Amino acid sequence: MKWFRFLLVSMALLTGAARADIAIEIVGVGSQQYPIAIAPFRGEVSLPQSLTSVIGNDLNLSGLFRVINAGDMAPVPYQPSEVNSQALAARGAQTVLVGQVGQAADGYKIRFWLLEAATRRELIAMEVTAQAKQLRRTAHQIADMIYEKITGEPGAFNSRIAYVIKHGGRNELQVADSDGYGAQTILTSKEPILTPKWSPDGSTLAYVSFEKQKPVVFTHHLQSGRRVAVAAFRGNNSAPAWSPDGSQLAVALTKDGGTNVYLINAHGGAARRLTFGGEINTEPSWTPDGKAILFTSDRGGSPQIYRQSILGNGAERMTFTGGYNASAKMSPDGKLMTFVARDNGAYRVAVMDVATKQVMVLTDTPDDDSPSFSPNGRMILYEAVVDRKRSLAVVSSDGRVKQRLRALAGEVRQPAWGPLLK
Amino acid sequence: MKKIGLSLLVASLLAACASQQTTEQATQQQPTTQTQAVVDKSGADTAGKYNPLTDPKNILSQRNVFFDFDKYNVKEEFTALIKAHAGYLNATPAARVSLQGNCDERGTAEYNLALGQRRADAVKKAMQTAYGVDAKKVETISYGKERPVAQGHDEAAWAQNRRTEIVYSGEAKFPKQ
Repeated sequence: MKWFRFLLVSMALLTGAARADIAIEIVGVGSQQYPIAIAPFRGEVSLPQSLTSVIGNDLNLSGLFRVINAGDMAPVPYQPSEVNSQALAARGAQTVLVGQVGQAADGYKIRFWLLEAATRRELIAMEVTAQAKQLRRTAHQIADMIYEKITGEPGAFNSRIAYVIKHGGRNELQVADSDGYGAQTILTSKEPILTPKWSPDGSTLAYVSFEKQKPVVFTHHLQSGRRVAVAAFRGNNSAPAWSPDGSQLAVALTKDGGTNVYLINAHGGAARRLTFGGEINTEPSWTPDGKAILFTSDRGGSPQIYRQSILGNGAERMTFTGGYNASAKMSPDGKLMTFVARDNGAYRVAVMDVATKQVMVLTDTPDDDSPSFSPNGRMILYEAVVDRKRSLAVVSSDGRVKQRLRALAGEVRQPAWGPLLK
Repeated sequence: MKKIGLSLLVASLLAACASQQTTEQATQQQPTTQTQAVVDKSGADTAGKYNPLTDPKNILSQRNVFFDFDKYNVKEEFTALIKAHAGYLNATPAARVSLQGNCDERGTAEYNLALGQRRADAVKKAMQTAYGVDAKKVETISYGKERPVAQGHDEAAWAQNRRTEIVYSGEAKFPKQ
């Protein structure tokens, strides 16, 4: 077990980095760990935000990298010609990141190289410019480039998460970077807030708020703060899910008796009913092609996951093992489905290989909720009970890497992983 | 917030109740009803009028219909309770109820929200079909697993949380408009 918070704190002291509202602890590592040496960039100490600490933290948190500090080498390498292959080999590094920061007209100019440690062959050589307030984002983008170069899969560090923090009687809807930094409160309410969901362009959240003494679905534009009650029909309005093109929302309504899934325009308006059968049909989510929804229904006598075309009404049952399967979401490539499955009396995040229907339970916590895939489909963010407190956790979709994101105060619920930032 | 139009007497009585009732609710009511609201909250007979809803010896003071795990059928043991409330609603023209469905903490928040709604609807249906209560007098709402009354993480707590609460207008838990 490693505690990266200590690392973060010590780096923050050195560089004056942004405060983390959520501390991340890794409780497992990937089967393949790529050893990467990271040297602090020349001129980095004068930045308002360290870059290499963010990059190293991202790569560590993925569970796929082992970050080796090259900051104590003599001399510290700042460009390819200064890299000492023998010294890096002695530390077990396969690759090394070096770089330099300089002033630019409108901020900073950052040059960096990712090299094969043994041969000094250039894997990445780039120059980017960034304004002071964009430095964390730039660091996440660099981490994504390194991740993709080395693993062959796209990264997801340059993305945000949304979740609800509950302190006593106060509910706060927050968004933060995927590493837990830069948290901002979007909404504060004495009443419950549930099920935040990101619009595909990352500009807007849809969520359920009880502020009108009953569940109503709102959309909330993050930059302008503009809120719209898009589903406020008679009865309950809940479980919003954006269509992949962002034009529609699937929602669960009780206006016609029972709970059923309906489609509405993302700006509001009339609702078209999609589900018929059973008393409960809820938790809709879209398949990546936008042609079908997954939802939870009790039509077969217990909560199970079904898939239905948004044009027809014939639903195909997806889950057959266990007496409770709920809250399904498809991976971005459509190959995996994550959901909450009852497993020996506990509610745990599971994945199904959609082609083979093979199911694997990924977690060992008692009462998981709200699983959602990272934009690259590699990780699943979910709500878990850890030490009797509701917290966020991340598990890789192969179950090998686990992280816990612990709020410094209160209970954290209802997470959702947003799209990659542009 | 509505304007405060309470008499000093009623205001002090309300304050003495140490209840969660808001000033807003109280000001929406007529003076006579305000006095009644005080009686409701305290359970005392200060207005000289008997209130069956708060008399611990009266079945109408029992407000919870409990459910089995993952179920929303009304169990037979609650027939007498539902019959009594239906009878009160039928006999009292001004009475309104909010039926509030709740769940234990297990399972997803959204599924529990739907399940709580079925628990509230099941009690409403029993009141309507068996005893002919006017549907306009009964509102249903679900709080899912968001408003537990018992905070534990065991069956004893869960059993108390799987419930439909019967809340009358004028009471603290009745939804504000």
